[in-house]
Amino acid sequence: MTDHAIRVSSHRGEPRVSPIYDPKVRSIFFQILTAVVVVLVTWSISHNVSVNLARANIASGYSFLAGRSGFDIGFAMISYSSDSTYGDALLVGLINTILIAVTGIITATIIGFIIGIGRLSKNWLIAKLCTVYVEVFRNIPPLLVIFFWYSGVLSSLPQVRDSLKLPFSMFLNNRGLAFPKPVWGDGASLISVAFLVGIIATLAIAMWAKQRQMRTGKQFHTIWVGIGLILGLPLLTFLALGAPLSFDYPIAGRFNLSGGSVIAPEFVALYLALSFYTAAFIAEIIRAGIRGVPKGQSEASFALGLQPSTTTRLVVIPQAMRIIIPPLTSQYLNLTKNSSLGVAIGFPELVSTGGTTMNQTGQAVEVISIWLVVYLTISIATSLFMNWFNAKMALVER
Amino acid sequence: MVDANASYVRREMLPAQPAPIATGNIAGWIRVNLLATPKDVVLTILALAVLAAVVPSALNWLFIQASWLGSDRSVCATVVQGGIQPDGWKGACWAFVKDRFVQFLFGRYPIDERWRPILVTIMFIVLLTPLLIPKMPRKGLNAVLLFIVFPIVAFFLLHGNAFGLDRVETPLWGGLMVTLILSFVGIAVSFPLGTLLALGRRSKMPVIKTLCVTFIEVIRGVPLITVLFMANVMLPLFLPTGWTIDNFLRALVAVALFASAYMAEVIRGGLQAIPKGQSEGADSLGLGYWQKMRLIILPQAIKLVIPGIVNTFIGLFKDTSLVSIIGMFDLLNIIRLNFTDTAWITPVTPITGLIFAGFIYWLFCFSMSRYSAFMERHLDTAHKR
Repeated sequence: MTDHAIRVSSHRGEPRVSPIYDPKVRSIFFQILTAVVVVLVTWSISHNVSVNLARANIASGYSFLAGRSGFDIGFAMISYSSDSTYGDALLVGLINTILIAVTGIITATIIGFIIGIGRLSKNWLIAKLCTVYVEVFRNIPPLLVIFFWYSGVLSSLPQVRDSLKLPFSMFLNNRGLAFPKPVWGDGASLISVAFLVGIIATLAIAMWAKQRQMRTGKQFHTIWVGIGLILGLPLLTFLALGAPLSFDYPIAGRFNLSGGSVIAPEFVALYLALSFYTAAFIAEIIRAGIRGVPKGQSEASFALGLQPSTTTRLVVIPQAMRIIIPPLTSQYLNLTKNSSLGVAIGFPELVSTGGTTMNQTGQAVEVISIWLVVYLTISIATSLFMNWFNAKMALVER
Repeated sequence: MVDANASYVRREMLPAQPAPIATGNIAGWIRVNLLATPKDVVLTILALAVLAAVVPSALNWLFIQASWLGSDRSVCATVVQGGIQPDGWKGACWAFVKDRFVQFLFGRYPIDERWRPILVTIMFIVLLTPLLIPKMPRKGLNAVLLFIVFPIVAFFLLHGNAFGLDRVETPLWGGLMVTLILSFVGIAVSFPLGTLLALGRRSKMPVIKTLCVTFIEVIRGVPLITVLFMANVMLPLFLPTGWTIDNFLRALVAVALFASAYMAEVIRGGLQAIPKGQSEGADSLGLGYWQKMRLIILPQAIKLVIPGIVNTFIGLFKDTSLVSIIGMFDLLNIIRLNFTDTAWITPVTPITGLIFAGFIYWLFCFSMSRYSAFMERHLDTAHKR
């Protein structure tokens, strides 16, 4: 077939390929073609958008962020009222997204570790129970788990009048969990300073202990000293200041509880659902990671005379971590993205407050661009961390 | 120097050791698997305690106390709540699921036209089953029928407005039907599109590579809801004035594009695992780019990543539940819609409905994952010992 393409040049005696069959020419041609198509499509889309927006009398731009929002948010970590701006509303949403992500990640990791290790247990019953957990939660949509907690479990809680009384003056009803609000007295900020000092001191001791171990081989009980410092220092400060803490107790009224803090059921439902759902995936990752460490590794360490606990801590876990961390991070990212499902039960996270803003102002393009930027920033930050981590943890070979 | 007394060989027989504990019988199995160490004994007792606390009450709630027959809320409500059940009754309300079952399947699809989705389902099953059985011949023809002919026929059957069929607007579609249509189209589009994106991402042409990388990373970096909102709100803005685009189609586009990005990454993983020699070998045989990909690289790459592909399908199936947020009535949303129906509003209706929905989703996803495990074993031709 290619015979027709090659014309033997009489001058140089070597075959000259027609430019149509030259890979370089083809490559440039296809790229230019693609670029032209993309530019044309983008141009026509932006033209259509501007025409459509003009017809709908919507001004583009981000100036709407400074306007008064006029809607209330039930669950805000910073001070917010309906007089605040749209920008504040989006900020409240972002903070709630981060809050749900952080708390969910911590809980999901704990549950996931327990279930993952449970699936590897030699105890048949425990292994089977953990398998059932994983197979159930992996195969149903996260949205359904959220609804299950929200309209299945939490809304069947009693009304405010018949609140369940829990210990420590806590109340549980279908408006959430009310608990005593700690009110810190004078000098309470010193406690957090003491906490920070404890962490820094522990880090310093850990570095010193590692250097000493490298030099002399002597080990140091960093863990216990560290726990003592991190917990003990704030506790001592607290006692030295004369325990500057009082509680604002929730009091059951006729129709409502007054005082105290309330965790909204929306938060609890989203938090529990995302934790339980993601834990199933984390459990599988943990299991795969631990099983990915060859048996010879632990056998070799037994042969060196290491105790089983030391073997697990110093030989198996560090190598399993290399397998576990990358998919674990992507599960953390998934949990963060799934927190956007809060919009379905009215939890005011970024997509929810953004959606309300979009409905009120009609600034669809702007709000969606804010969403994209926020989520992409989180994703890119995570993948940068991952690249750094992979480079640090990669096997160093000759 | 042989000293007869300084022998290191034992002269007398040792007493016989007791036989090892039998593990073949039930008692032995229990000893090995449940009571091996003191820690295991504690764990087993704890697990049994949890099971004893949960299972009987769950079975009681799900089956024994549950009300199975009835046509309105009275069978699922206590006397105080206006029903017939005794005070303090708690149980699943399967009568609700039974009463609304057809609606859960078809949504508000007109009753007289329901033979159309049923016919489509039968066609789907008839075409899908032979494709799933490895021994059945003519896979190529079967695939063409299922992925090209069937969607066209199904569209005209479901939507109507042709061949003398009445038009059924997409807002009337609902229930499991919508979930399955979204998943099917998502799968049928995301597989080829994802393959193209994966090839584009590994292309040597910078323009095409940048385009593919940008698309994949942007889509994978944001939640599906934002993509759905984008399709729902921004697609109409993208089109010239006067053009409209069906809500259902918007969701389809969003779901398919979203799944394509994930599929692309899975397939790229497979492509990266194929040794360079395969590609060089194909080059030296004189194969062109597309021939090389179609005949040499992709068959090997895709075989490697079947678990990942099926995981993406499962994820896609679960993700279709999100279309309820943009106001479509898929399986989950049609069930939730019925919670507020005055004919069935009781305290146990929501949780019963959600358990039913969970069971349906679980059934589909679990069968997909089992089938993928089967295919993995079936296709594992290279490393068999």
